[in-house]
Amino acid sequence: MSELDIVGPQLAILLAAGAVLVWDALLPSRRQYLPYVALAGILGAAIWTSTWVIRGDFQTAFDGTFAIDQYAVFFQYVFAGITAIVVIASIDWVNRVGRRQSEYYALVLTASAGLMFLAGARDLITIFLALELSSIPQYILAGWGKDQRSSEAGMKYLLLGAIASALLLYGMALLYGFAGSTLLTDISAAIADSGAGNRSLLIVASVLLIAGFGFKMAVVPFQMWVPDVYQGAPTPVAAFLSVGSKAAAFAVVMRLFFEGLGEQFLSNDWAMIFAVIAAVSMTLGNVFAIVQRDIKRMLGYSSIAQAGNFMIGLAAISIAGEHFVQGASGVLLFVAAYAFTNLGAFIAVIGISQKIGSDDIADYAGMWKRAPLLALALAFCLISLAGIPPTAGFWAKLYVFNAGIHADLAWLVIIGVLNSVVSAYYYLAVVRQMFMGEAEDEQKLAISPTVALALGVATVGVIVFGIIPTPLVDAAREAAAIFAAS
Amino acid sequence: MPLTVLVFLPAFAGLLGLLLPANRAHYARWVALAGSLVALALSIVMFFDFETGGGFQFVERAAWIDVGVFDIQYFLAVDGLSLPLVVLTTFLTTAAVLVSFSIEHRPRAYFACLMVLSTAVLGVFTAMDFLLFFLFWELELFPMYLLISVWGSGRREYSAMKFVLYTVTGSAFMLVAILALAFSAGTFDMQVLGESSISSAVLPLRWVFLFLFIGFAVKLPIVPLHTWLPDAHSDAPTAVSVMLAGVLLKMGGYAIIRTCVTILPDQANDYGIWLAAIGSISVLYGAFVTFRQTDVKRLIAYSSVSHMGLVLLGIGALGTTAMVGAAYQMLAHGLITGMLFVVIGLMYERTHTREIGKLGGLARQMPLIATGLVFAGFASVGLPALAGFVAEVTVFLGAFQKHEWAVIMAIFGVVLSAGYILWTLQRVVFGPVRHEWDEVDDQKHWWEHASVVGLAALVILLGVYPSLIMDMLDPAIGVVSARVAG
Repeated sequence: MSELDIVGPQLAILLAAGAVLVWDALLPSRRQYLPYVALAGILGAAIWTSTWVIRGDFQTAFDGTFAIDQYAVFFQYVFAGITAIVVIASIDWVNRVGRRQSEYYALVLTASAGLMFLAGARDLITIFLALELSSIPQYILAGWGKDQRSSEAGMKYLLLGAIASALLLYGMALLYGFAGSTLLTDISAAIADSGAGNRSLLIVASVLLIAGFGFKMAVVPFQMWVPDVYQGAPTPVAAFLSVGSKAAAFAVVMRLFFEGLGEQFLSNDWAMIFAVIAAVSMTLGNVFAIVQRDIKRMLGYSSIAQAGNFMIGLAAISIAGEHFVQGASGVLLFVAAYAFTNLGAFIAVIGISQKIGSDDIADYAGMWKRAPLLALALAFCLISLAGIPPTAGFWAKLYVFNAGIHADLAWLVIIGVLNSVVSAYYYLAVVRQMFMGEAEDEQKLAISPTVALALGVATVGVIVFGIIPTPLVDAAREAAAIFAAS
Repeated sequence: MPLTVLVFLPAFAGLLGLLLPANRAHYARWVALAGSLVALALSIVMFFDFETGGGFQFVERAAWIDVGVFDIQYFLAVDGLSLPLVVLTTFLTTAAVLVSFSIEHRPRAYFACLMVLSTAVLGVFTAMDFLLFFLFWELELFPMYLLISVWGSGRREYSAMKFVLYTVTGSAFMLVAILALAFSAGTFDMQVLGESSISSAVLPLRWVFLFLFIGFAVKLPIVPLHTWLPDAHSDAPTAVSVMLAGVLLKMGGYAIIRTCVTILPDQANDYGIWLAAIGSISVLYGAFVTFRQTDVKRLIAYSSVSHMGLVLLGIGALGTTAMVGAAYQMLAHGLITGMLFVVIGLMYERTHTREIGKLGGLARQMPLIATGLVFAGFASVGLPALAGFVAEVTVFLGAFQKHEWAVIMAIFGVVLSAGYILWTLQRVVFGPVRHEWDEVDDQKHWWEHASVVGLAALVILLGVYPSLIMDMLDPAIGVVSARVAG
């Protein structure tokens, strides 16, 4: 029972996924309640997670392969929030598409359960299984739309995802061959025992792992699928992909590298790999984002640049102690802030594209007059993405940059800050278009209440954590503290 | 409490104006005027309440964000250096509101931007926490961007974006330096930083100094980082030019004294000669380029580059007298150039041209405006008994012993300034009468002349009674120069 208790949040979500399917089969006339069943499952997961926080008695289960600790709890909250917002934002779109509603919610929930498993996974096999559990539904969802572009997006995502999984497995196999165990703690002990003699083998394994996860994180040079998939996939799904799988990949990479490969002689090497990837991702992502005319492609490239920003935090761990935690907690803070911000931006795009039938940035002209609240919310999300106060994105960037400075990565921070300048250019161009552009069509847009609700939740999060960042920073620090202890 | 009220009152008034109903939009100007007058009155009361030589006063301090290595305070205070600049800001804000009293295009949004800009500048001058300072520094960007790009003329979007990109690139370096400093000293408190001696940081301290200097030098501006200024000036509306030349440039000079010199006195000693050299090059280069201008606003903009070079020359000498001169030059230049832009704005409203070649003999058709222009022009040349003369003489006296050649070059630049100003006056105000301007009104509204008269009165006051300000600057600057002297 206690082991089921530990994976309770995930089970609640999986149960809800099953319940959605059964509900649809038994009560086809009451389909409109499907999203509420899904939300009930997510709420159950969040409550169950909260009981673990209250109990405060964190432990591992299934022979140490899965842990519930502050770190897992942090991400479970983030994923529950992401999934809930995505479900709410999807309602309108799903109703419009009409077909296979229950399957859609069931797939979203299954993917979400996979993400939550990733947060607590401490074993290579568990990590891989959880990753596939979250990925396969996402492949299907990316091809959910009826048009050709969506099918192409789904196929592309599937094929490249398969290659990434193969690379990942290869890296894991090397680690297993080296350590004789798939448990991260055993691998860490084996590395400590063997000393620096096997450094080259371990570096090869690290590179393969980074390549495999780099695909999910969407960092250069594993980013080529991003703009096509974001543009082709249905927008709610693109929103889910852009935050969910990215956040999960960072969650698992941090645990894998900090807990499993954290030995000093090795960490300096992979920290440098992360630093280089961060610099390249930020720069290329931003440069390509500038020239985009389609807002979904623009957000796609910007998410590549944002992943580069997170990665400064991963690179900034080469010194120990208090500042070690700073890099890790910076990533956590950034992931959480980014999740709300990017979701908000995508949901606003959903709301607008449903009404004007276009994703062209030029068609956003005068949106301030046509849908004032929506334009305001989107503006806040874009400002937060650009890392400008008073938004959550500013504190996230500041914190990560600070970690970079402390880790002696001034060059990387300068590249990061200069990139923020570049990104401000294209984010603010959209804001300017909405507020100052002259609309051809002055007609007011009626935004559906569910989209408005989802957008409202995300935007309020962005602003509240922008003015009072302390609770979020504290939570991130506590979650990251598990690495200092280990 | 008074400082918080003073800093946020303009923004409050501006945002209050936004709430007016559409058919009452033109009342926004009265709300803005009321707000700026109350702020002006408050700042004057504070000016006379200030205990000269008493260090930082009107202190307001509260913990804001305190997590781990971050300890960010809400900390406002003024000393003898910042208080005169605060009064200058409130005064020029009032003048800017009066100058734009006739604005027709979206007045609510216009005054909101203008007043938020004022709050941002006041915040920069009063913030004593380095991060809070940075936030105010960044806050100034948005309203400025909108004011130029929406209410400007000519290539306004290009100019607005150029302004933003230059400033933000500078702030990128500034942020890195702030984080590096705060990490070494363990605090963002500028008062503590300014009293402690920092001997090492994660970056070499000369880099920290250089990075801070780059951030502020863009704003000052120095040659060769000045090219945004003529563009911004020529495309900005009159009131925005007044604010830009009058107070925004002063943020750079103020920040160099307050942070570069005060926090890193050893580096200031090492690089003082460079500051002086850059300063006098700016004086000369600015003066030469001014000669070639045919647009009156661009002409004043380049003369600003020249005059702000004197500020840097004074700071580079690092002595009390020279730095007092630099601070005095900032005040004098703010008033004089502000007045020049107001008068030119009035002229432009009537003639709709700023080309020197198309103007001429205006002393006949608009005697009052021409008088204002001649007065401001003479003040700009440095006529004795006006504010500019006092400032220039003090800078030269203070800096001569230390940087002889730089001063000699700069004096030559001042001679040139007499040349371009008198030549401009001759072509615009005197000379043959042009009959196309026969029909223009010299006086239209009281508010147009209120700001001219107010500015002229202050220019005379500061010219004949300099000790009013000097006595206040002297002890505050004395602390700084004592630190530099060791």
